[in-house]
Amino acid sequence: MAYQPPKDPQEIPVEEVSCGLLIIGGGNAGCFAAVEARKLSPEMDIVIMEKAHISRSGATAAGMDAINTYIPPGKTPEDLVRWSRSQVGGGPIREDLALTNAQELNQAVDDLEDWGLPIVRDDEGNIKYRGGWDISIRGEALKPIMAEKAIETGARVYNRVVATNLLMDGEKCVGAMGFGLRDGKFYVFRAKATIVATGGACGLYKSYTADSTTSHHQTWMCPFNVGTGYAMGIRQGAEMTSMEQRWVATRTKDFCGPVDTISVGYRSAMINGRGEKILEKHYAHLGGDKAPRYIRANAPMDEWLAGRGPTFVDTTHLSDEEAKELKIDYLCERPSFVLFLASRNHDVTKEPIEIYGSDPYIVGGHTQSGYWVDVERMTTIPGLFAAGETAGGNPNKFVGGCAAEGKLATRGALKYMQAVTLPPLDQARMKAQIEAEKARVFSPLMKGAEFDGVSPVEMEERMQRLMDEYAGGTSQFYRTNEERLDYALRHLAMLKSQIGLLHAGDLHGLMLAHEVIDRLDVAEVLCHHLKHRRETRWPGWQTRSDFPEADPALDCFVETVRDPLTGEIKSFTRPYEQVVPGDRFKPTLDGKF
Amino acid sequence: MPPKVDLNKCDGCQAQDEPLCEQVCPGNLMTLGENAKAYCRELRDCWDCMSCTKVCPKGAIDTRVPYQLGYHGASLTPMMGTNSVTWTCVDLNGNVERFRVKTRGRYGE
Ligand SMILES: Cc1cc2nc3c(=O)[nH]c(=O)nc-3n(C[C@H](O)[C@H](O)[C@H](O)COP(=O)(O)OP(=O)(O)OC[C@H]3O[C@@H](n4cnc5c(N)ncnc54)[C@H](O)[C@@H]3O)c2cc1C
Ligand code: SF4
Ligand code: SF4
Repeated sequence: MAYQPPKDPQEIPVEEVSCGLLIIGGGNAGCFAAVEARKLSPEMDIVIMEKAHISRSGATAAGMDAINTYIPPGKTPEDLVRWSRSQVGGGPIREDLALTNAQELNQAVDDLEDWGLPIVRDDEGNIKYRGGWDISIRGEALKPIMAEKAIETGARVYNRVVATNLLMDGEKCVGAMGFGLRDGKFYVFRAKATIVATGGACGLYKSYTADSTTSHHQTWMCPFNVGTGYAMGIRQGAEMTSMEQRWVATRTKDFCGPVDTISVGYRSAMINGRGEKILEKHYAHLGGDKAPRYIRANAPMDEWLAGRGPTFVDTTHLSDEEAKELKIDYLCERPSFVLFLASRNHDVTKEPIEIYGSDPYIVGGHTQSGYWVDVERMTTIPGLFAAGETAGGNPNKFVGGCAAEGKLATRGALKYMQAVTLPPLDQARMKAQIEAEKARVFSPLMKGAEFDGVSPVEMEERMQRLMDEYAGGTSQFYRTNEERLDYALRHLAMLKSQIGLLHAGDLHGLMLAHEVIDRLDVAEVLCHHLKHRRETRWPGWQTRSDFPEADPALDCFVETVRDPLTGEIKSFTRPYEQVVPGDRFKPTLDGKF
Repeated sequence: MPPKVDLNKCDGCQAQDEPLCEQVCPGNLMTLGENAKAYCRELRDCWDCMSCTKVCPKGAIDTRVPYQLGYHGASLTPMMGTNSVTWTCVDLNGNVERFRVKTRGRYGE
């Protein structure tokens, strides 16, 4: 039977759920958070609120072929922080977060192996390193493995429930609200402590593969992670850090797949149209193949800009056996890339693989954009903790680091909740908050069939093109300037003023409507961060064509807070504190690359 | 890279409350049509993660590369085992490659 949208908010069924620990987003960090909560507290009442189904959701849905960080014998957590810091050009990074995460990292990865994740080992049984810090896995089932462990904890898992806003008790977070994609209910989760682990934000920018194709989601990051976790905090005045440090990566061209698999895993150099080794030729002074990540990420696009494209990773030295191994890696992580090669009759031993820059993402597990958190992983909103891509300040977390951070956030949350009692929901101001959110959430569904409005896709595409052209997307080689950012902000404001015109015919459409609403909030904050950094610190990730050099005065964190009442966004800075000794720009203590 | 459902093979996962492909899709894209067969509600929104293709007990879902990105005629088919998956890939010339990949358990055992 065709779906009948409600006509009146009163018709919408409300489900209230109370618990100790609420985890929003049952992904990589979220599953580890649940397991840790059970380990520490046999009594803990754990709830997971998940937009998709936890068996295949988020960044790891298709699988994984590597764990990018695992500390090898002979190295220390401090060494990992040094490497991580150098990868982002000496930071600034939050070294307190990086170090505590590094101390927890190997145990989290060992947990995964104990749970049944195959980690590639050599004939002697030693873990095989792909590069300096990353190890190969056969991770097709990584997500179901993590999900099974989360379910085993006895946590109540609410699949297909989309979080839309935090539940607040004054300044404190006491849970979250959202809607059921299957049952159309409005959900109110009341919790002593809440962990937001909704992953990063994909789709703020247009992906170049969206032009003249039927493929709008040919993106590297999971396109269903849209930044709701950030948006919910932004709307309540949470402090966000380093949003301008966008993640722009080198990816396979016309099919946005990972490239480390090829370049690190199979020692395949990046080359330009003339066959020159790009990093060796143009970036030797910055470390060549070991140059900071943003240099490597931006290099192919710089070659195009300089007229030396196309760009490739050179796989022509691979033997047939190695080429097969390479495809096995992809089958574990992005299987359709193997189909893509076949659909172009591409023999990688004869032809190199073409590469290009990705659309920019906000992912605090890769670069360091996200919530400003304390060392317990509590955000500036009491009761709200962040883990994985949502938590800022600490880049290069990836699978292992996001898992470790899930555990750390749980420990922080459990400590915090000892002093908390839950506010009754029948208080007048709670009631008003819940009613207002219910009306906001369902409004796109209640416009009626005759309504002359805007579809979520129309608004999303306008926003993505705006961000691409004015806020430094792929088509602009990631560059922006003051005037373009002002233009972007003006038009984002116009888009926001038309949110009331969004309409949806069913619950899936309602989800799409909220996805664009949330992306607009993140995009606006991002533009303010890009505006504040009047310098170029991480070319590609953050390039200001009007301020092409780094400014020593901006060797600090850029922060924003949005006023929950007026919507005004204030930007300011926080100082960098070095915790781990050594040259910030070098990955090792002895200064060698 | 949208999934294409073979209507002769799909049985709508009869006994299930929710068909398996619908359960797993991270983007909420797979659903049943009025003919009780699965379809992808927005081809443009698919992430080509192949979760639906892998989970289908009838092998009814074929992942397609949009023509603008890859030419017509290649295929990649998973066969799921308990602790491994066997992939069969066929290119445009009909060359077949097969891969058996471990999915669970200690490596080398
Ligand atoms: C293609 C690809 C390849 C990668 N390769 C590697 C690799 O080889 N090695 C490595 O170490 N790392 C790799 N990474 C990075 C790694 O996967 C991520 O950093 C990490 O898994 C992120 O974990 P997370 O928990 O923060 O997010 P996720 O695991 O994405 O979890 C977020 C969860 O929140 C849910 N959610 C989102 N919005 C809502 C909402 N509104 N309400 C409720 N739930 C919501 C999502 O459905 C999802 O389940 C890769 C990532 C991608 C995309
Ligand atoms: S999983 Fe397969 S059989 Fe079941 S509904 Fe989907 S396509 Fe049909
Ligand atoms: S390939 Fe993935 S995103 Fe596309 S329909 Fe299937 S499960 Fe959904």
